[in-house]
Amino acid sequence: MLGTGLLVFREVLEAALIVSIVCAATRGVHGRGLWVGSGIGAGTLGAIVVAFFASAIAAAVSGIGQELFNAVILLAAVAMIGWHAIWMASHGRELAMEMKGVGSAVQAGSRPLSALLIVVAIAVLREGSEVVLFLYGQAASGASVLEIAGGITMGIVGGVAIGFLLYFGLLGIPMRHFFSATNWLMLLLAAGLASQAARFLIQADLLPPLGNRIWDSSAILSDHSLIGQALHTLIGYDARPAGMQLLFYAVTACAIALGMKLWGHASPGPGPRAHAAG
Amino acid sequence: MRKQIRTIIIRSMIVAKNSTSRGILALGMLLAANLAWAADYDAKLVIRDHKFDPVELTVPAGQKIKLLVDNQDATPEEFESNELNREKIVTGKGTITVFLGPLDAGRYPFFGDFHQETAQGVLIVK
Repeated sequence: MLGTGLLVFREVLEAALIVSIVCAATRGVHGRGLWVGSGIGAGTLGAIVVAFFASAIAAAVSGIGQELFNAVILLAAVAMIGWHAIWMASHGRELAMEMKGVGSAVQAGSRPLSALLIVVAIAVLREGSEVVLFLYGQAASGASVLEIAGGITMGIVGGVAIGFLLYFGLLGIPMRHFFSATNWLMLLLAAGLASQAARFLIQADLLPPLGNRIWDSSAILSDHSLIGQALHTLIGYDARPAGMQLLFYAVTACAIALGMKLWGHASPGPGPRAHAAG
Repeated sequence: MRKQIRTIIIRSMIVAKNSTSRGILALGMLLAANLAWAADYDAKLVIRDHKFDPVELTVPAGQKIKLLVDNQDATPEEFESNELNREKIVTGKGTITVFLGPLDAGRYPFFGDFHQETAQGVLIVK
């Protein structure tokens, strides 16, 4: 049960951390629970479908279907986060001011919440499909219902608990800096996901590694440790990155930072304004 | 290397267009194509009863490796290695290809994420 619980925990943790950041970034938005909930629901359904078609996906495009699928959905998540981060950079200050005003309702306006729904769904789908395949294997090799149910419960409770810890930790950031802080977190998250996408494209031999191992910091912080894994999800930490991964990381981080700078100060400021969605 | 071989193949095709020795050309192309593929070193791992066979797999250093993982169990497995920075699911009775390297000499442990107690192995690069 412990082994099952640990594997489920590791997968749930990755998704939970991403959901926590999304929740923090949508703080105070009316009805965001429904958006995040829908993302989790859609991701869970997607995970079951993907697990069911795992053989077909793996065999597609002469054996590199799995890598292509992962890379494409990771890059889709990167695009969604980038869009949202740039939108927030131009509207975040107003949002913070509205939230400080007593009793004022925050208007979500045309904020691209659907983009974040997709990010949540993708995070849950990727980790969830692994859990489904793993549990299917456990069940097929005769693990008892109790063992599987116990493992799922342990894993989900543990992963979600750490997600909540991160969320409440983030809520401690002073309101003045809150949205710029969550926005930078989103930027790092996107850069990390882009680096993961690059790794899949290298694994499929579609991109050259540009150096298989630029550094090796596994002695200091292993990818497999709890902190290493949390940082892997949050900021894209990799103990042994390939050159192409660093390139993807840097390009994504720079592109989003540039977008935030370019449009960040273009907002019309407080007062009547038109919410222009990207 | 591959590019050169490709150029040779294309040139010989142009030359051979008017000749009658197409059979010989076909044979030559087959050899050339084999040479081109030899640029990748092919290695194979089998998963049986949630264990890797061989447990220690030796491959050459400084060469790109095309690793085939053949899962003969009915249950899915995930081929994973922190040292090689790779992870890929292989379904029950399925096979996958994972590209590695070129690698420096050394030992690179790998494992089956879904059965870590038994599915452990090492890639030895010489």
